[in-house]
Amino acid sequence: MIPSLCLEITVLLLGILMLLVESFSRSDDKRGLAKMAIGILSALVGFSFFVDPASGNAFYAVDATAHFFKVLALLTTIVVLIMALEYSSVLAKYLPGVTPGAGLGEFYSLPVFTCAGLMFMASAVDFLLIFVSLELVTISFYILVAYMRRHTASLEAGVKYLILGALSTGFLVYGITWIFGLTGETNLAAIQHALATKAVATTPLLFGLMLLLTGLGFKVAAVPFQLWVPDVYQGAPTPITAFLSVGSKAAGFVVLLRVLQPFLGVPGVGVKVLAVLALMAALTMLYGNLAALPQDNFKRLLAYSSIGHAGYLLVAVASVSDTKATFGSAGVAVAFYLAGYLLMTLLSFLVLIVVARHSRGDDILHFNGLAKRSPFLAFALLTAMLSLAGVPFTAGFIGKFLVFAAAVQAGKFWLVAIGILTVAAGFYYYLRIVAAMYWQEPGDTTPIKIAPLTRTAIGALTFAVFVFGIFPQPILRQLKDPAFLPSTPVHAAHQSEHGD
Amino acid sequence: MLSLIIFIPLLAALGILLGAPARKTALGAAAAEFLLTLFTFLSYDKAKAGFQFLSSTPIAPEWNLNYLVGVDGLSVLMLLLTGIVTLAAIWVTPKIEKREPLYYACLLFITAGAAGAFASVDLFFLYAFHELALIPTFLLIGIWGSGERHTAAWKITIYLGLGSFILLIGLLDLYLAVPEALRTFNLIDLQKLATSGAIPAAAQTRPYIFLLIGFGILISLFPFHTWAPAAYASAPTPAAMLHAGVLKKFGLYGLMRVAIPLLPEGAKHWANLLLILLVGNIIYVGFATIAQKKLDLLLGYSSVMHMGYIFLGVAAMNTIGLSGAALLMFAHGLSIAALFAMAGMLRANRPQLALDSFGGLAKSMPALAFAFGLAAFASIGLPGFANFASEMTVFFGAYKPAAGLDASHFHLAVIFALWGVVISAVYMLRAYRAIFMGEPSKEAAAWPDPFKALRWPVILLLAVLLIAGFAPGKFLSLVQPTFDAVLPK
Repeated sequence: MIPSLCLEITVLLLGILMLLVESFSRSDDKRGLAKMAIGILSALVGFSFFVDPASGNAFYAVDATAHFFKVLALLTTIVVLIMALEYSSVLAKYLPGVTPGAGLGEFYSLPVFTCAGLMFMASAVDFLLIFVSLELVTISFYILVAYMRRHTASLEAGVKYLILGALSTGFLVYGITWIFGLTGETNLAAIQHALATKAVATTPLLFGLMLLLTGLGFKVAAVPFQLWVPDVYQGAPTPITAFLSVGSKAAGFVVLLRVLQPFLGVPGVGVKVLAVLALMAALTMLYGNLAALPQDNFKRLLAYSSIGHAGYLLVAVASVSDTKATFGSAGVAVAFYLAGYLLMTLLSFLVLIVVARHSRGDDILHFNGLAKRSPFLAFALLTAMLSLAGVPFTAGFIGKFLVFAAAVQAGKFWLVAIGILTVAAGFYYYLRIVAAMYWQEPGDTTPIKIAPLTRTAIGALTFAVFVFGIFPQPILRQLKDPAFLPSTPVHAAHQSEHGD
Repeated sequence: MLSLIIFIPLLAALGILLGAPARKTALGAAAAEFLLTLFTFLSYDKAKAGFQFLSSTPIAPEWNLNYLVGVDGLSVLMLLLTGIVTLAAIWVTPKIEKREPLYYACLLFITAGAAGAFASVDLFFLYAFHELALIPTFLLIGIWGSGERHTAAWKITIYLGLGSFILLIGLLDLYLAVPEALRTFNLIDLQKLATSGAIPAAAQTRPYIFLLIGFGILISLFPFHTWAPAAYASAPTPAAMLHAGVLKKFGLYGLMRVAIPLLPEGAKHWANLLLILLVGNIIYVGFATIAQKKLDLLLGYSSVMHMGYIFLGVAAMNTIGLSGAALLMFAHGLSIAALFAMAGMLRANRPQLALDSFGGLAKSMPALAFAFGLAAFASIGLPGFANFASEMTVFFGAYKPAAGLDASHFHLAVIFALWGVVISAVYMLRAYRAIFMGEPSKEAAAWPDPFKALRWPVILLLAVLLIAGFAPGKFLSLVQPTFDAVLPK
């Protein structure tokens, strides 16, 4: 049994080590660094199963939810590093360097820092830690998004992300301040305790919560805070786009769930917050899915689709109830949906990187006839698209199944109705890729060569999408009775009261 | 054994994709599928009602979700239909010029999906297996279709995708309508709960309307039918046979298996709506069929129209009506598959299949003309074919519907449905006259009879139709106990 914090510390040390090697190594080719990081992070996934469950404290929760999201963060980072290796030739074109391949070390080490931030966030149950880990994630993304210094789209994306990210951080901090001012606490469990025992004015509390939702809305790309998404996603280096759409979304949602928990039971607050979330969910589903319809660029299409998926996730969040049910429980739905979303989105981006490199473009028409050029890649992307669209026997279907079950159980039929419409829209734009791959003739018939590591990753992700679509049990067992606050809130609250 | 019926086509499809010889493997798998379904059909013990050959594998114990397969009288009949039509469809497949492996794999995926849906006794898998056919259909129509194939492929896929999500919501609502401690996807347990009144009448109306519209879109219930004719007209022949013959029956099967027995009060609440829509299927679509100028569209519309009769039997909610509807599903599946198969043969000479581009083919293709005539008569519902026996049963059932339903509305619907028989006669005979009667053009007189090479699949379909037409009792007595057990007394 190892203390849970060791995982994050190892990741941080790995990142620092990579930076040092980058600075002092004489070799120009830094790809070995990424491979080392992939190895160490994979080992950490294994170690994470041997964490001492009692090693948490009032700041830092060690529970099944935290473990689950840490594994997600680690897996995402591993795949992102594999993508980064595949992408290095594209990246090198846009980097000023004396020799080709130089200056790529940071591109491999910064995702490791992001990973550490995501892992901290999975455990964070105190506003301070939540904020610090969120910033660790966001600041490393500021650099990564603008990494292609000679590519104007990347620079534009970087500036947009920086300005809007900083703004959203402002909202978040301001919201935290209001809540701290009302309850005198930053610890979530203590806040829950305070709200249950003290009389707190609801209007300022709601104001603080809305500020908080604004900040988190930016992170998860929910309407009306989604405007940055399409340009940033399209401009950023593709591996970073994948990382943004999976990693920051997963982290945003786990924080959202943990942060909402204390307020749900407060009379006059919980219902209103859920109503706002439901409205955001409806708008996000509609905007993401409808705006994706006319897109001709695959990367941009995935950006809109990622907004759409945030909508489905918000449907589950808005269907949270304080009665605890094992099935239809919104927490399980969110977690499972995110896991499935991770698999299928990373798979799409991996295939996109490989195909874009060979076809010299990432528009949908560059996928024409892929089934003939590479049946393997076409099948992998077919799997990803079916899963994103929500066809049974894929992980994406189980996710949608759980989300809609939660919504039906909560009686939110207007959300369900919008969901049905947007799912139908999704069928259209996801299958457009399938149609391009299978219906059309390829413009260029040269077969596509795939690096062994990438091939393994694509194969594993494809396999996983099917396995979790047919046997969701391994994930469900992990998520049994998810708790979004430490199981001993009173104890934690007591401690902090003692501190007062 | 039931799992074999599901997994043989799946494994054959994967084998073909990985390089096994396409046509031989597919034909072998289809033959095995046919023999297995026939064996299941013959070894099903009629004396013991209820589900037989049950086998179960846990999938998610927390939700009480199992991979559970089994058959009763109704599903064994549908499985047999799947086996017969699959064999015929793969047999009549012409030489495929491009990407043959993918073509056969898609066909086998459709079969696996249909077989899985009919053999599942678990709501989750019943739903999921049906969806297995969605993407293969999209690819089959989009790659190998004819005419406006891309439009047709998009239309069917989006319509069916939408329909299945509405259906999913209905199933979830049904699942959640049961008190929390008793929730299950297991149809046998759900049936017991429904019979014992665990699903309150007030909680039945909402899930039922979701199920009716969801299944309805899959069945091409008026006014959600517009995807069907276009898709069947553009689909390659075997895909049209499988989809119109087998897959579309899944929606009806779902109504008979899930919606009516589990939510009888909901069904009674919405009975009048269903009656209006099914008359739309018979009369409105019937007239639309008469107006068709191309054989493939005509057959597509006619298959939509005939759904109206099956809906009528379902709506009556009594054993006679439902049994008739079940037999009609079987009969219609065989006759429409035979008609599409022969339309496919005609396509070799006139790819557009415009009715006025033929004429007098009875002289150059006597065997085809004879077989087409038989299938057309079956489709109209002439005595001697299973369609006649089952349509009569449906009318009898609908004339005296279950208690709680307004009989006068049903009388009206039956009268409309009887006129529907006349409508079918009009368009079928007109089509037959246009294609086969008169003097052939010089060009047409020289066409070889395609029936000789491909006769066996059609003979198989017609022979089963005749057997079921002369001995409908054998089939009706198979499904009757099923409905007796589940319908409210």
